[in-house]
Amino acid sequence: MSETTFVTAVNQTLARAMREDERVIVLGEDVAEGGPYTVTAGLAEEFGVGRVRNTPISEGAVCGVAIGAAQSGLRPVVEIMFIDFITLALDQLANQAAKAHFMSGGQLTVPLVLRTQGGAGERSGAQHSQSLEAWLTHIPGLKVVMPGCAADAAGLLMTAIADPNPVVFVENKALYFRREELTEDPPPVAIGEARVLREGTDLTIVATSRLRHEALRAAEWLAEDGIEAEVIDPRALVPLDLETLAGSVRRTGRAVVAHEAVTAGGFGAEIAARIGEATFECLEAPIQRVGAPFTPVPVSPPLEDAYRPGAEQIHSAALDAVEWDKPAGVRYARRGDGPA
Amino acid sequence: MALSREVALDLLQTMWRIRAFEERVAVLKRSLQVHGLIHLSIGGEGVAAGVCRQLRSDDVVYSGHRAHGHAIAKGVSMNAVMAELMGKADGCCQGFGGSMHLVDRDQGFLGATGVVGGNLPMALGSALTAELGGGDEIAVVFFGDGAVQSGHFHETVNLAALWQAPLIFVCENNGVAEFTPRSAHTVVERVSDVVAPYGFESETVDGGDAASVWETFAGALTAARAGRGPVLLECLTHRRRGHYEGDAQAYREALEEEQWQAHDPLARLERRALDEGWLDESAAKAIADHAGAQVEEAVAFARASPLPDPKLAAELVYAPA
Repeated sequence: MSETTFVTAVNQTLARAMREDERVIVLGEDVAEGGPYTVTAGLAEEFGVGRVRNTPISEGAVCGVAIGAAQSGLRPVVEIMFIDFITLALDQLANQAAKAHFMSGGQLTVPLVLRTQGGAGERSGAQHSQSLEAWLTHIPGLKVVMPGCAADAAGLLMTAIADPNPVVFVENKALYFRREELTEDPPPVAIGEARVLREGTDLTIVATSRLRHEALRAAEWLAEDGIEAEVIDPRALVPLDLETLAGSVRRTGRAVVAHEAVTAGGFGAEIAARIGEATFECLEAPIQRVGAPFTPVPVSPPLEDAYRPGAEQIHSAALDAVEWDKPAGVRYARRGDGPA
Repeated sequence: MALSREVALDLLQTMWRIRAFEERVAVLKRSLQVHGLIHLSIGGEGVAAGVCRQLRSDDVVYSGHRAHGHAIAKGVSMNAVMAELMGKADGCCQGFGGSMHLVDRDQGFLGATGVVGGNLPMALGSALTAELGGGDEIAVVFFGDGAVQSGHFHETVNLAALWQAPLIFVCENNGVAEFTPRSAHTVVERVSDVVAPYGFESETVDGGDAASVWETFAGALTAARAGRGPVLLECLTHRRRGHYEGDAQAYREALEEEQWQAHDPLARLERRALDEGWLDESAAKAIADHAGAQVEEAVAFARASPLPDPKLAAELVYAPA
């Protein structure tokens, strides 16, 4: 075990994949320079600029190049620097990558990984802070993963590169330099396997990416009041490990679904609906959702801090689930201002 | 390189197969025996044949929504294309692609796409793969003049020039983008002028002259195979039919027959072959008749093919990991 960061884990996994398979190439804006967060630092030095390709600011074409290369036999890992710019590559991703295998009657495969990062917290404004993963989950043919820690990032990236399908790999910039312990060669993580981070009997908190850490904090606060929360990170949105999520909710009878994206139309709605369909007879309370308000991401620090969902909102939503049929007078105290 | 008798006859055979196929599809569309939006390539046979007949099966071709001719010329079986148009299990994509999404991996026909311009960067990706693999395969992408105004075109041309990739851009400039003339879309008349600042070879030829397409493309192919970077070949052509079958064509003056006769790539190459003494009238007729018979065989094959198993739809969303 040694101490590492999310960025280092992704970087070392890319290097490992490139060493093991010469079909793996990396392309994107400034990747040979390491990119703004140093995720690809050192790769061009080791593998050359033929395999670690800087591209112009042409997200649509770069994504298309990666698709063409993938269906011709390479295993490209393409980087879209901020998920906000994925709008420019959506035609290629949604109309080409996602459908090539299907439309060709199974002849073509697109073993492509599209790495990108989202999330707020850097005061970067409404065009560099979004969480747009839900759009991608609506396209059959794409897989969507959201690692929430360095070990999962390494394990999921290994699996994603080996997968014959297009995988969108959504990182969260706020996790990049979080320190954690990691083994030398982290094991691969299957896409579609949730991870139970904390066991509990009173309610289930399903939280993605950064919010899994917030959910664990909220669970500690809940434990102070004698409420034991089970915390699960689905790790992949498509395919979704409904079995693990629903299995937990069948035992606890209550669920909170939390993500950083805007609540309305977010993937939490899909998770809540699927859990609801699968566990209706076991539910003791309506499934609660935690996410961002229906506004663009503001810049001003107090506004952005209020915008970003965190442990307080999860704690409050968990209490809403536990106490939904209790009168106001006997409820537990909420922390902060409650849900945004 | 000057056209030989052997090449001319091969081009004529290919062009007749495309012409007969497309004319038959137009009839089948009227009785809804083929499905969806159907874009015919009558008038473009000289470009499809002149380009694709010089390629190997490991050279990759991408096409757009008007793809039947390119697929047939690249070696995709007419039976499989016809069955695909009828939505049948023996279609080249098992009935999951349709007219605008023909694919035949074994023939290097990596696909047609229904989104104008979307095929351009993908073709560059295949060219990049060839280059990194160290072989001399090349990629060809067919597109219309309508695609030239898309962002994908400009992004791809820039990247191809930057990377000196073995990619040949073949633009079929028929002067009409969907329902409106090129002059309503851009002030740049010639596509070769659009790529001029990028410094790669480009040439504009009469797309109605299959011999000229063949000869010019031969030069482009030599350059691309030798690693001299991308090339653009602009073929001025004519769209004999509407944008799609059933299009009312209110935007278009009725085409003067004389104008069509002057362009018709098949009639022109046939005249040339007769003049050169490469074949006589009866041999010319035999080529056309043979193509017609092959198309009827394709129709019979497609009609006899079963419908795809509905279960396959869910199975084909993801490739097995």
